[in-house]
Amino acid sequence: MRATIDGNEAAVRVAYRLNELCAIYPITPSSTMAELADEWSSHGRTNVWGTVPAVIEMQSEGGAAGALHGALQGGALSTTFTASQGLLLMIPNLYKIAGELTSTVLHVAARSLAAQGLSIFGDHSDVMAVRQTGFALLASASVQEAHDLALVAQAATMRTRVPFIHFFDGFRTSHEMNTIDLLDDDVLRAMVPEELVREHRSRGLTPERPFIRGTAQNPDVYFQARETVNPMYARTPAAVQAAMDELATHTGRAYRVVEYAGHPEAERVVVLMGSGAQTARETMRHLVASGERVGVVQVRLYRPFPAAELVAALPRTVRRVAVLDRTKEPGSHGEPLYLDVAATLAEAHVAGTLEQAPLVIGGRFGLSSKEFTPGMVAGVLAELDAAAPRPRFTIGITDDVGGTSLPWDADLDIEEPETLRAVFHGIGSDGTVGANKNTIKILGSDPDVHAQAYFVYDSKKSGGVTVSHLRFGPHEIRAPYLVSRAGFVGCHDIGLLEKVDVLGSAGRGATLLLNSPRPPEQVWDALPRTVQERIHDLDLRMFAIDADRVARDAGLPGRTNTVLQTCFFAISGVLPRAEAIAKVKAAIRTTYARRGTEVVRRNEAAVDATLAALHEVAVPTDRTNGHALVPPVPPDAPDFVRTVTAEMMAGRGDALPVSALPVDGTFPSGTTAYEKRRISDLVAQWDPETCIQCGTCSFVCPHSVIRSKHYDEGELEDAPESFASAPLNAVGLPGARYTLQVYAEDCTGCALCVEACPVSPLGEPTRRAINLTELEPILEPARQDVAFFETLPVNNRARVDFGTVRGTQFLLPLFEFSGACSGCGETPYLKVLTQLFGERLTVANATGCSSIYGGNLPTTPWTRNAQGRGPAWSNSLFEDNAEFGLGLRLAADLHTALARTRLAELRAEVGADLADAVLGAEQVRESALEAQRERVAELGRRLEGLSGPAAQDLRSVADHLLRRSVWIVGGDGWAYDIGAGGLDHVLASGRDVNVLVLDTEVYSNTGGQASKATPLGAVAKFASGGKDLAKKDLALQAIAYGNVYVARVAMGADAHQTLTALREAEAYDGPSLVIAYSHCIAHGIEMRDGLDQQYRAVASGHWPLVRYDPTVRASGGNPFQLDSPRPRIRLEDYVYRELRYRMLRDADPDEAERLLGLAQEAVDQRWATYEEMAGRGAARFATDARR
Amino acid sequence: MDLSTRYLGLALRNPLVASASPLASTVPGVRRLVDAGVAAVVLPSLFEEQVHREQLRDLQLVEAHEHAFSEAATYFPSPSPSATQPGGAKRYLRLVERAVAAVDVPVIASLNGSTPGGWSLFAHAMQEAGAAAVELNITFVPGDPRTTGRQVEDRHVEILERVLENVSIPVAVKLGPYFSSPGELALRLDRTGARGLVLFNRFVQPDVDPEAMVVSPGFPLSTPVEAPLARTWIAVLHGHVGCSLAASTGVETAADVAAYLLAGADVVMSTSSLLRHGPEHASVLLDGLTDWLARKGFPGVDEARGRLAVPRDVDASAYERAGYVAALEHARETYGGVPGA
Repeated sequence: MRATIDGNEAAVRVAYRLNELCAIYPITPSSTMAELADEWSSHGRTNVWGTVPAVIEMQSEGGAAGALHGALQGGALSTTFTASQGLLLMIPNLYKIAGELTSTVLHVAARSLAAQGLSIFGDHSDVMAVRQTGFALLASASVQEAHDLALVAQAATMRTRVPFIHFFDGFRTSHEMNTIDLLDDDVLRAMVPEELVREHRSRGLTPERPFIRGTAQNPDVYFQARETVNPMYARTPAAVQAAMDELATHTGRAYRVVEYAGHPEAERVVVLMGSGAQTARETMRHLVASGERVGVVQVRLYRPFPAAELVAALPRTVRRVAVLDRTKEPGSHGEPLYLDVAATLAEAHVAGTLEQAPLVIGGRFGLSSKEFTPGMVAGVLAELDAAAPRPRFTIGITDDVGGTSLPWDADLDIEEPETLRAVFHGIGSDGTVGANKNTIKILGSDPDVHAQAYFVYDSKKSGGVTVSHLRFGPHEIRAPYLVSRAGFVGCHDIGLLEKVDVLGSAGRGATLLLNSPRPPEQVWDALPRTVQERIHDLDLRMFAIDADRVARDAGLPGRTNTVLQTCFFAISGVLPRAEAIAKVKAAIRTTYARRGTEVVRRNEAAVDATLAALHEVAVPTDRTNGHALVPPVPPDAPDFVRTVTAEMMAGRGDALPVSALPVDGTFPSGTTAYEKRRISDLVAQWDPETCIQCGTCSFVCPHSVIRSKHYDEGELEDAPESFASAPLNAVGLPGARYTLQVYAEDCTGCALCVEACPVSPLGEPTRRAINLTELEPILEPARQDVAFFETLPVNNRARVDFGTVRGTQFLLPLFEFSGACSGCGETPYLKVLTQLFGERLTVANATGCSSIYGGNLPTTPWTRNAQGRGPAWSNSLFEDNAEFGLGLRLAADLHTALARTRLAELRAEVGADLADAVLGAEQVRESALEAQRERVAELGRRLEGLSGPAAQDLRSVADHLLRRSVWIVGGDGWAYDIGAGGLDHVLASGRDVNVLVLDTEVYSNTGGQASKATPLGAVAKFASGGKDLAKKDLALQAIAYGNVYVARVAMGADAHQTLTALREAEAYDGPSLVIAYSHCIAHGIEMRDGLDQQYRAVASGHWPLVRYDPTVRASGGNPFQLDSPRPRIRLEDYVYRELRYRMLRDADPDEAERLLGLAQEAVDQRWATYEEMAGRGAARFATDARR
Repeated sequence: MDLSTRYLGLALRNPLVASASPLASTVPGVRRLVDAGVAAVVLPSLFEEQVHREQLRDLQLVEAHEHAFSEAATYFPSPSPSATQPGGAKRYLRLVERAVAAVDVPVIASLNGSTPGGWSLFAHAMQEAGAAAVELNITFVPGDPRTTGRQVEDRHVEILERVLENVSIPVAVKLGPYFSSPGELALRLDRTGARGLVLFNRFVQPDVDPEAMVVSPGFPLSTPVEAPLARTWIAVLHGHVGCSLAASTGVETAADVAAYLLAGADVVMSTSSLLRHGPEHASVLLDGLTDWLARKGFPGVDEARGRLAVPRDVDASAYERAGYVAALEHARETYGGVPGA
């Protein structure tokens, strides 16, 4: 049986059927394997032995490895799926599992490791970091191999007892869809017979046959015991080969542990692992056909290293070998595979088994999913032909620093002419990717057609660009690199032509499909001139459709996927039109069957309406009158932004040379300001007549696009005509004006501001004082208004009322225009944080959504003010964020102490008055902080005139005399799960750190997996049958310490309480924890309703607002304050407004009712507890024992 | 006292039926009604449009963020294979199943469809779920002014035909009063195979709140002053149709129940009074009915039924006209003149 699936699914389809337990934890790009296993288990799907595998989500990959180890020692066939840092967290257990010779296979979507920067993309850095653990490493190069070798690995581990890591390239294989032949249960059972399962089981711990395993060993025997396993490792390559051979008897697909392909008398050979081997082999075929004596060695089994097989595989004619590693080992003599190959060949030559010792060179390729194309393979082979090949090299980049890079021919095209290539450009979530997945499934269902698809996304969570690369044809498709010279190019949003090189992948004579709201006769004139020229140059045929209108008319507003997919089939000619339409409809019925009959009906209606709306656009041969493209950043942007950031933004980052990039991962702040993404056609617009200047809209704006200032009327002299202002609604500032400025080009149209606005114009109940309006008509004036607004003076922080929502909105946000989802529930908290403390702020950010919208290149939102001060931000890892933040605090404390010591020593020299004032300053209120900042500045001036070690020391740390605000920020996946231990410890440290938990109640960044913050009854990935455990009360845990300031906030319910809590937390001299309700796309709500849901969460008692302030206890009061009133709506009136709860009601109404009942009970019980606590005396809370 | 009766061919212990209301939206609610004495329960209507709306809304919520970012192609697990009727339909059918299992009186499912396919699909599913009968709540608002009265009536008949093709349990039709000739339509529906007619449906009538300047949904409970219209048509149809007649609207007291029985109703449905006074009010109505029957010397409801129906051999139009004239006379005597008369 065939299927068109991705590599993750290919692997887990085998792994699931051959295991009894999957211990899982989400991490990109492996999460899909865990998600599918969890879904299948919850749906009752069985393994080949008729039992339903148990799936358990753990708190981290370390936890998953521990559970895996335990389950294996208990005799259960067990597995896990992971990548990157996750695999690193498993290392301690990998040694244990291997040391105990335990049969298991881990499936890894190999991914880069976080070094100078995190990368979610694919290379072998992670698997190379575990090559020393004793696990065998088996590499798959394609989707089919990921399926087949998953079985081979399981068969081999059962026979050898050596545990395996089966890996394939993250994204390139894990996310590539390809048509493969599926293994049926009989083959699996034949290769993993039950007697081997029973043998495995019999090695498990049992009191019936007790033994101990895991002893402590001493110098006398540890060494010898370590050597006992050698025979098993020695047998493993042969065992793997035997399993591969057995697989071949069942399927006809033959694999070798080390496989040579190429000219039988090759002189030059490339050795490599993973998907790159496919590209290399296809390129080799092309070169051999043109007479070159070249070959490729594909290493599938990397550990135990199959030295004999390698030597045997290599033709004796080979003179030169290039070993390619998809990893980087700084400081090493060479990368791992190179070293292994070089040592093996040298040894073989010395031993006489290899007569001629070839020259072996080593190079790096493809890090972080960098493209690896036929031209690059040819480039490496060409280097081998050079008189003196470079011993170490890179391919695929321009290394103008180390000079390692080889040149390559970017235009080398080796693809079969029968293979059709198509590229589709879309906007995230517009349905393009989903439709293309359907398209290749439709095409791949034909037994004579092979199909492949790969999808590329940009770095923004909303409004980003997606590019779908599709191939299909009569031959197996072994082309793990992006499509070029496509015969069909779809541009699903005409605006993309302004931003990215849509036609860069078009081949001569290709067909271009444009989704455009304009009538066909007006399309040409609307195109940029460069696009018009390319259309002429490439002799393209062009079609246009207003897909949005067709979709809207069919009752599917915004869902253009079906329409554009139909267009593709209609004009590409890949199938006869009628047959294609029938298949599209059949696919619709399959895809949407579980979404309901009406969904199916409307999509079918959209198909029927499409063809009439599709038009060929006549390409005028005599006219290229289009407009010029606007450069990605303004000409006055800083040099780095213009030369580096802008190139990345324009999709030309691959061409940046090594010298363009910083050596240590340090990038400038505040680059989102240059981007002006204009991702929404609708943007907020202020109505000064109606506005009561409360600041709420600006407070809740997730994207910092609503700013307010008050200023003297005289400032308006040079204002543009369109600039709006109103008299300042405040006493004491007569003649002052107020402006609420919308940064229209940065607005995402989320409408949270509109929903939050408390007033309506007289007689217009459906409008507010801020409303959405179309961007296009106001674009030019809006640009001028923003430019003028920025010339107005920023309001003096020392004179702003920090205690009110309105007051804080005169403060400059230092977190702006992030790439977070439109209407994000997290970012408003971060923005407020920067308004309150931004100039003194240091942020330790856990990996997750907030580190991605906060730190994903090319542009980042944390910015600085006019004086150059602003948040200092860093991301260490996912699991260690609390500790990392504590470290930042400790460093700051050390330097503060040093500064105070040195200042005391230099008291006389700098002036006693100044020194005493600095040392004795109270630094809580903003006015006091401002005064201290001035004193520290004065100190700096006075230090300029001093010399000597003490003065130098003081100069280097004097800025620490201004109190620093250290915030540890992360999501619930971090705080409740993977970082819970560290967070607990840091809260117990007594140090002055502030923790902000952006609680979305789910792992948002990796796609909505349940965390321990997920509420009872909610559906999430890994809890698809509804979470059957109540959410952890993190606040109560922290309160138990007695010396931790704790608050639970929800700005949609009480913005003032949020503000108070953040300020109290920051002012508290000790650890603080603020848990912030953050609505999220993973809740299944219209994001504009996010604040209303926050209100309901509080009103229902799901999210009681509390503050626990140890300073109150110290003064004899009750430190526990309940800030929200008693629940006044039923829980169901909150939860059933969210899809995450409704899904369970649709799937299993009885269970939904049961869990809702229990959840309501839990809410009532917790409220009773809180009320009791709020009425306690101070003496019944723990004491802060710190001095 | 023998209160038993038959409705839609089903044997009922008394003529009081709880009509579709929020009281019956949960199994405990259904149980409370039955414990209070009602002889059958009509569950709240399943609105096909609402099901569709929920399906589309949930699809939009799922797809709005899919395939936008490398780390996560989706944010929700795939729908469970058991989520066969998303958008609330499955929930409704489960309510039917559980209500049927929880009580020993007939549970009637109510359907308000919007597409031909929807009527038959959901009616069939209701039967599968164990409903004793299906009540079709046909709310057809002919917004197109070119639609003729006949077309509206034909549509009612078509819907009934389609549902009957797909179910074997009895089907009742709940009608509104706004037809040129409700009687003729009733006869057509009877001939087509309806096992009962429920008179009358009360339509949601949104209103305008001039203070808040919003359209308010507004669904006032019925009062006894609305009952005479239904009573009149029951009186007219009694004996002219083979199917059961259910009275709905304006049942506040036992006297209202008795009046309907006298007019010819097989069963009397109540929602408003049960909502106003609680499900236990059913027992008050039944006790009052028993008292009344005893006082009037009827051994059971069958003997009382139809005593004041329009006699079959009389010209109903003339009868009604005569009643109208008599009413005007009565009004003149009472108020000293009828404005506009």
